[in-house]
Amino acid sequence: MSGRTTVTAEPGTTTIEIIREFDAPRDLVFRAHTEPDLLRQWLGPRRYEMRIDRFEARDGGRYRYRHVDPDSGAKYGFRGVFHGDPSPDLWVQTFEFDGWPGHVSMDTLRLEDRGGQTISRTTSAFSSVEDRDGMISSGMEDGLSEGYERLDELLVRLGPIAARS
Amino acid sequence: MDVDQLSAVFGALSDPTRRAILARLTQGDATVAELSRPFRVSQPAISRHLKVLAGAGLISRTRRSTARLSHLEAEPLRNATDWLTRYREYWEESHRRLDELLVRMQDDPTGSSAMEGTTP
Repeated sequence: MSGRTTVTAEPGTTTIEIIREFDAPRDLVFRAHTEPDLLRQWLGPRRYEMRIDRFEARDGGRYRYRHVDPDSGAKYGFRGVFHGDPSPDLWVQTFEFDGWPGHVSMDTLRLEDRGGQTISRTTSAFSSVEDRDGMISSGMEDGLSEGYERLDELLVRLGPIAARS
Repeated sequence: MDVDQLSAVFGALSDPTRRAILARLTQGDATVAELSRPFRVSQPAISRHLKVLAGAGLISRTRRSTARLSHLEAEPLRNATDWLTRYREYWEESHRRLDELLVRMQDDPTGSSAMEGTTP
């Protein structure tokens, strides 16, 4: 199970679900999400530099960070507000991408303790199907694209649209 | 691909019958009658589904003597799934990096090197 990220965006719904198992205790996974010095070591594409302008992981706290492409200088900014003190059981934040302003999602993160392993479940809820699809389509990495798979393979996966690694 | 077109594609794909029609069209062009056969729905119902698929740019329709043929248009579907692929790649790469960070954190209980270590 470890090492497989599942991203599901069912057609006609407003949510995106991301599920991943980590081979580490829950408190470590939680720390990696809350401490900016740890967060910038993993969030986002490896070739981008992550700059965290603010990250106040507490009720009413704000965050703002940017992924910076060192080659082109392009910046991709994200911001939001924490609702409630983040805990491993429940983390609630709003999320807005600078490249898709005004289309704010509400994200929840839950970390499940599986005896030394941790299952992370993230749900991003948008206010409409169009907002959800727009977020997916505002794709942050123009340079990144893996080869197209054969169309019939795609169609097999399209019931519902569920992309699995 | 702009957002409106993408929404049309996702909307068209939200119906299982329409997805099955697209799957059938990967094997070749087909008439309404041929497309109706595997489904327990009327030809007019299939025609309505084809109209939605054509509106989203997922199929094109041509005439062969008296029959209208539906033809799969791959590009919009590719775009829609490619966007999802990019979103997935963002999280896959982040999670692989988090795996590595978690190993560093567990190797060093004081956390000092993980706190400093910015070079992978």
